Amino acid sequence: MITFAGVTKRYPDGTTAVDDLHIEIPTGRITVFVGPSGCGKTTSLRMINRMVEPTSGSIAIDGRDVRAQDPAVLRRSIGYVIQQAGLFPHRTVVDNIATVPLLLGWKKAGARARARELMELVGLDPEQAGRYPHQLSGGQQQRVGVARALAADPPVLLMDEPFSAVDPVVRTGLQDELLRLQSELRKTIVFVTHDIEEAVRLGDSIAVFRPGGVLAQADAPERLLAEPVDAFVEGFIGYDRGVRRLSFFPARLLDLHTDAIVGEGAPIARAREVARSSGEPWLLAVDGERRPRGWVAARDLERGAVGSVDAVGDLDLVGYGHVFTVATDSLRAALDAAVLSPAGRAVGVDEEGRVVGVVAQTDLGSAIWAVGTDDAPTTRPVGRNG
Amino acid sequence: MGDQPLVRWDWITGNLVDPIGTRLLEHLQLSLSPILIGLLLAVVLGVACARWRWLYPPVFTGVNVLYAVPSIALFFLLLPYTGFGPWTAIIPLSLYTLAILVPNVVDGLGQVPDHVRQAAVAMGFSPLRRLVQVEFPIALPVVIAGLRVAAVATISMVSVASLVGLGGLGQLILTDGFRRQFTTPIVVGITLSVLLAFLVDGVLVLAQRLLTPWTRDHGAAAGRGSARRGEGART
Ligand SMILES: Nc1ncnc2c1ncn2[C@@H]1O[C@H](COP(=O)(O)OP(=O)(O)OP(=O)(O)O)[C@@H](O)[C@H]1O
Ligand SMILES: [Mg+2]
Repeated sequence: MITFAGVTKRYPDGTTAVDDLHIEIPTGRITVFVGPSGCGKTTSLRMINRMVEPTSGSIAIDGRDVRAQDPAVLRRSIGYVIQQAGLFPHRTVVDNIATVPLLLGWKKAGARARARELMELVGLDPEQAGRYPHQLSGGQQQRVGVARALAADPPVLLMDEPFSAVDPVVRTGLQDELLRLQSELRKTIVFVTHDIEEAVRLGDSIAVFRPGGVLAQADAPERLLAEPVDAFVEGFIGYDRGVRRLSFFPARLLDLHTDAIVGEGAPIARAREVARSSGEPWLLAVDGERRPRGWVAARDLERGAVGSVDAVGDLDLVGYGHVFTVATDSLRAALDAAVLSPAGRAVGVDEEGRVVGVVAQTDLGSAIWAVGTDDAPTTRPVGRNG
Repeated sequence: MGDQPLVRWDWITGNLVDPIGTRLLEHLQLSLSPILIGLLLAVVLGVACARWRWLYPPVFTGVNVLYAVPSIALFFLLLPYTGFGPWTAIIPLSLYTLAILVPNVVDGLGQVPDHVRQAAVAMGFSPLRRLVQVEFPIALPVVIAGLRVAAVATISMVSVASLVGLGGLGQLILTDGFRRQFTTPIVVGITLSVLLAFLVDGVLVLAQRLLTPWTRDHGAAAGRGSARRGEGART
């Protein structure tokens, strides 16, 4: 656990970067510092590894004051990742990663072997070991940065906007990777960002700073979205926090309809029957393995607009958009799928992509309403897209 | 110089070891020593200036003022103290290289990106180790670029040292050639000093390629450094 006890940092020019910070950062969890530019996130982070010394107050790691250790020695036990990766341009990828083990006095061969292990762990191609940083893409450089920070297996990892310089797709990939690594490694991670979306995806807890270096609220992400303490926090996390909060509720909670599904080989007459008995305006056509094919409007079946076609699969099907995975996705993913669907309905599938059932926007509405009164969300966003 | 040929090959073959070889070695020694001493001093001064920025303006002015003093004046100034020994040439020539090398060391260290320096601190490099293992290597291309200019300038300036009788190829030109109205030693002296300059420059280019393999395929970012001063003639 990292403990900030009444920490204040005032720079020589009089700027108060951090003002009387009290916070406990739990071991083995990701704690995110978030807030507008200049609110003291980086300063707070750097006081942990003594790159910045507090003006008053104290910081302890597992009860031990950081000032009790030589700064260089302390820093070798704390991984550090920054926005531009900070890679050494004159060292190859493998030697960049081996930096801290070498500083700790490992033999060169041992350090390089460890570096290669880490390349694999963070998903870097072993062929890139001999490259120089400028020969890598931004995303790859960040991976090297993460690998280098992890090389000596430090218990604590400090990350200062590590993913903000890469494009959104790569960023999402790196975030996923970080969560995967963390589920294996269980480091104590302090992660700085000014992106609330990223904070919610990654954080086990989130500390929101306000200008002037004052901690506004520190809470689990779900509580933060549900109960911002004041107008500043509410404004900072954004007015779509209601939708975002749906990330914390699993799509499993939904009642899926299965009565409006027809096989693509079914005759038109059979489809008409299904439409009448279910009363559904849209039927979902599935193939022999129950994978979605597309929507059929019940109205079209009635009007004889189907012409000479015999089977449902031969009709002009309406695209089903994107699906959600019932077991692993969140209500937010289901809502998103329904909103984007031309039929106003989302298709829920299992892990193999087979249709479990469909849900209409109106049904989603009541599920979401129920969620508002239900107080048992998960602690971490559900599913890939949060 | 009458009707004798420009180059008399028999004189060259007859004097190959002495004085030609001896003068060449003297010249080499008289130019390499100032380059090495100058580099050492420039690194110390450059690191200090990079560390304490306020030091740079006075140091910069100082080395430039030194550069402006005619070499011959400095040689004569030192003669009473160091006599006709090599130090009379080496000391002033070392000081001259500073005008080229100090700014290049400072610029080279200035090219270390801030995030790289921060990352080195954060990983637990001690200040000295950071300097040697991170900052020097990154500064190297710029420093070597300066070294090339300084080396060529020094090699040409050593010839001036011969005017006060300090040895080197200039001595060949002056005593064996000019005073005796005999062109062959003059041609030999000039040719050898130009060749020496080419050779030393070539060695430095090679050293740069071997020592900084990361700059090889991107000229834009790392090989950009160049010396401040041209290879201006100096008397
Ligand atoms: N070395 C310094 N000297 C003086 N003031 C500083 C120094 N470093 C930071 N500050 C000031 O302290 C305040 C907090 O800076 P800090 O870098 O911690 O903010 P931040 O939350 O990380 O911002 P950003 O999101 O822009 O990175 C700012 O007002 C900044 O200008
Ligand atoms: Mg910052």
